[in-house]
Amino acid sequence: MVTGELATTSPMSGREGAPVVEVEGLVKRYGKGDGAVTAVRGVSFAVYPGEVFGFLGPNGAGKTTTISVLCTLLRPTEGTIRVGGYDVVRHPDDVRRSIGLIFQDPTLDSQLTAQENLDFHAFAYDVPAEEARQRGRHLLELLELWDRRDDLVRTFSGGMKRRLEIARGLLHRPRVLFLDEPTQGLDPQTRGLIWRYLLGLRQSDGVTLFMTTHYLDEAEHCDRIAIIDHGEIVALDTPENLKAMVGGDVVTLRTDDNALAMCEIRERWGREAQVHGPELRLEVERGDEFVPELVRTLTPRVETISVNRPTLDDVFLKLTGRAIRDEESSDVDSMRQFGRAWGGGRR
Amino acid sequence: MSVEVRGATRASAAGARRPSRLRAAVRGAYIVWYRDLLRWWRDRQRIIPSLFQPILYLVVFGVGLGSAIGVGISGGRGAGAPGVDYTTFMYPGVLAMSVLFTAIFSSISIVWDREFGFLKEIQVAPIPRTAVAVGKALGGSTVAMLQSAVLLALAPLVGVALSPAMVLELLALMFLLAFALAALGVAIASRMRTMESFQAVMNFVLMPLLFLSGAFFPLQGLPGWLAVLTHLDPVAYAVDAIRRVVLSSAAVSPEVVASLAIAGPSGEPLPLLAELGVLAAFIAVGLALAVRWFGATE
Repeated sequence: MVTGELATTSPMSGREGAPVVEVEGLVKRYGKGDGAVTAVRGVSFAVYPGEVFGFLGPNGAGKTTTISVLCTLLRPTEGTIRVGGYDVVRHPDDVRRSIGLIFQDPTLDSQLTAQENLDFHAFAYDVPAEEARQRGRHLLELLELWDRRDDLVRTFSGGMKRRLEIARGLLHRPRVLFLDEPTQGLDPQTRGLIWRYLLGLRQSDGVTLFMTTHYLDEAEHCDRIAIIDHGEIVALDTPENLKAMVGGDVVTLRTDDNALAMCEIRERWGREAQVHGPELRLEVERGDEFVPELVRTLTPRVETISVNRPTLDDVFLKLTGRAIRDEESSDVDSMRQFGRAWGGGRR
Repeated sequence: MSVEVRGATRASAAGARRPSRLRAAVRGAYIVWYRDLLRWWRDRQRIIPSLFQPILYLVVFGVGLGSAIGVGISGGRGAGAPGVDYTTFMYPGVLAMSVLFTAIFSSISIVWDREFGFLKEIQVAPIPRTAVAVGKALGGSTVAMLQSAVLLALAPLVGVALSPAMVLELLALMFLLAFALAALGVAIASRMRTMESFQAVMNFVLMPLLFLSGAFFPLQGLPGWLAVLTHLDPVAYAVDAIRRVVLSSAAVSPEVVASLAIAGPSGEPLPLLAELGVLAAFIAVGLALAVRWFGATE
């Protein structure tokens, strides 16, 4: 892709042109018969060129399963999926050539240098040598790894490894870059940095980004977000529209008699407060006006109170009744721990 | 529609080529094989320490057990003939053991590599799965052969004088054995979900294959049930073939060498070609399972 072409696939332009990812009625069941587990229950959506599309949900919601199907690592049980214009079941190799993938766990070979990791990738994707050299240099410079290209990946920090994976994932000029929890396990500062690079690359390369996350603050970088829970999409919209669903501000308070406070709020303001541990939570249009009145008129003593603009966390809570948190542990998790016990594994 | 088509061709023209499946398969197998070799070479300071275990076996069992047995070893049918020094007898067994362990460890590592390593990356590359499985088996077996080849330097210490031709013969046999084991390892690893099942593989696959192979004791004059089990162990035929080459270059009479060999149905030593046939069948089964299981997509 040449920079001149960017005008036609300009980022932020939203839904121009044919979708680069099309999913219709995706169902994924593991196993057969009574023991079958349905991880994804009929999911449909489309992602357009140049978009940053986010998949948000707790662990075990079906995010990784969906991304694995889109990347041809798993077969769909039902549904039609096209990526880069190709059907994932009938033309998996064409799909693979049109996508880049950054997994939840780093998949670099830490015994090799950064450059060698890129060389291996270029060889596997059959990128012509000269093209691979130029493109590799361009990406390494952009991600500020050019000076470290001949160092073993073993010596890299978590953030550097992620950057190298981004460079590698884009080396063969994919149309879509899939990122599964791209900033998992990184400190907030590094996460911010990774996002700066990703959004910059979207701008300069026009690549579509499809990412999963359970960090809510991170999901706000997306143009559109699909919220997935128990294998179903419960909402799909821009972060702003999703937050508008919450309806105003979120008031969280703690009183010396929460039950009585709930009653009074219901009677006097006709609102249903929800109990979350020791706190009550309710949504109001104008928090700044509501709070002084509430504190003045409530019979129980108010111990703490806060007003917040709604976050995606509130959206998720409203849609599912639960907060996003880690819920399930898998074989992979136990292996991840095994790896840590071995001092990061012998990779 | 035109946008979509233009986009697709542009992506493949500018970046990854759209090669034939055969080209993709050969490149894929090569890159997986080459990576194993590169890693082994880069880690070469580990080669010497990894020789410690086989040498320990050779010294502790060879010398220790050898002196307990006293006279050395002769086959059941070679009564009266001067025996083989136990250390010399065990040396081919230790070669085979080294091949076995290195090959299977190399393959089992894919359980890890598939989730957290390069292999996961390769699995989403436009490369047929079969090529990845074959490349991995080839990589593991090449490394196992090279690693065990270092042990050939010990030959003079156990009274074995190897000619260049014999070294080549041994390398070929070791590679075939390694390939069978590496392929079997890829097959097993494809079915393993966690590293925790690794211990079970050691106990139920690797150890029986090794102990029943005649690596450490002659297979002649065993109780019937044990004799049956040893004949079922494909590794036994490889050990036997390796031992024949080694003993033929030690100061051992041909009668003793013949008496230690696995006997065919007629009681005569099994022809080398038949042993190679067993090894080939072992490779075929291992590779078929590896390709089938590794290639399976849920």
